[in-house]
Amino acid sequence: MTGEVISQWMKKTGPDSDVVISSRIRLARNLENIRFTNQASDDELKEVIGKINNLLLNNNKFDLNLLELGDLSKNKRNMLVEKHLISPDLSEKNINNAVALSSEEIISLMINEEDHLRLQVLLPGLQLQEAWEMADKIDDYLEQEINIAFDEKYGYLTSCPTNVGTGLRSSIMVHLPALTMVNRVKKFISAISQLGLAVRGLYGEGTETVGNLYQISNQVTLGRSEDEIIENLIEVTHQIITQERNAREILLKEKEIFLKDQIYRAYGTLKYAYKISVEEAMKLISNVRLGIDLGIIEDIESTILNQLMVIIRPATLQVLKGEEMTIEDRHIYRAQLIRERLQ
Amino acid sequence: MLCQNCQENDAKVHVSKIINGEKEDIYLCEECAHITGDLDFGLDFSFNNLLTGLLNNQFHPHHKINLSNNNIKCEFCELTYDTFSKSGRLGCNECYNSFTDKIDKVLRRIHGNNRHTGKIPKRAGEKVMAKRKVKKLRKLMDEAVAKEEFERAAELRDEIKELKDEIGE
Repeated sequence: MTGEVISQWMKKTGPDSDVVISSRIRLARNLENIRFTNQASDDELKEVIGKINNLLLNNNKFDLNLLELGDLSKNKRNMLVEKHLISPDLSEKNINNAVALSSEEIISLMINEEDHLRLQVLLPGLQLQEAWEMADKIDDYLEQEINIAFDEKYGYLTSCPTNVGTGLRSSIMVHLPALTMVNRVKKFISAISQLGLAVRGLYGEGTETVGNLYQISNQVTLGRSEDEIIENLIEVTHQIITQERNAREILLKEKEIFLKDQIYRAYGTLKYAYKISVEEAMKLISNVRLGIDLGIIEDIESTILNQLMVIIRPATLQVLKGEEMTIEDRHIYRAQLIRERLQ
Repeated sequence: MLCQNCQENDAKVHVSKIINGEKEDIYLCEECAHITGDLDFGLDFSFNNLLTGLLNNQFHPHHKINLSNNNIKCEFCELTYDTFSKSGRLGCNECYNSFTDKIDKVLRRIHGNNRHTGKIPKRAGEKVMAKRKVKKLRKLMDEAVAKEEFERAAELRDEIKELKDEIGE
């Protein structure tokens, strides 16, 4: 059921999940001859939601559940942001916009974001190709009933010219603790930007990196086919995986005691702390995760950490508790949740 | 107090961050503050600023483009190019037609390309093909008229009408 704190997909692992946390495909689409969200009247925005709603009522092939953002509490909205199911903008605006989610929360269709439709498919591990194939099918299903703005020359028309063409943003979230420790991340970011890819923090544009997590995505959407864009990212990801694994091996060989010390200290703190901030927790979770991936820590599963990374965030934490909390109370409750899950 | 990042120098910079209502205090030495980018000097390299810079740049005096061009307006959504160049967001699918010359340049700058080579949606794709066919038939019809082959021209006219009805134009 949607609205649960843990998305079903977070309980599963995917290929190469020692480095790749998740793969995401996003398609930007607009309805033909309705002004884009920023220029649209309230009636037009309602019309867009109505059309999707009708489609779901008639033939809900992908089992999507439509939620109007205006009907949700602030914490519930922000929880969806923390779970990467909607954008911060959609949550903040929360008038005449909506999201349709699949039961496992793999599929998310944002309505009246910057574009009328923003379709997202999110899978664990490195499964970009699989995510694209799924998104492609959902896109076909939407297009059967809805007139999508498409131009022979420019392809799918979007509000921002940086998305026009395929409207495709493919991205992966990677965990790079070893490359970070050996100070190679900056070098790698500059190399990646030369390949037409962008590196961002955990929550997208302008956000900072926490817990050694990085998002890498394509920049160019016009003049390349979807397959080319995705293959390019997959190839780069394979290289990142190799580099990160190499760095981990070298660290384990050359700096075993240092590494074990960092990992067990992190584990100890998480297991026994009585209050903790998000930043500290994310840092420590990153180290424990590294310990699991290296086989140093064997008594917990890495999916527990995937779940922890989401439930310790402020809004999700408060939804879980069922009440508003002060920052101090959140620090205490956060530590409690972590202790419980690591016992 | 030592810098929380390098643990070596004295902390001289106090940074308070508030993220989703969670306040965090960080104490850094000047060096680390510069490196981690926690000192903001009012330089805005945000994506939107870079993009709108790109859009406005076309009207730089060196580009010899008349500034009054900025007032062109999309007839469908009434967005002016001036507004677009500030917000970086177009107002409707027709804007791509209304500002076509300018948009083409912008797209080349952003993507290094100006032609879609990816997926073609089924229904809209059929429409695109039908439109192409209408264009071709029109040309043939004009040729037929020029050659005074009126019967042939009438046939073509009917075919065009049929196609246009099919795609709802």
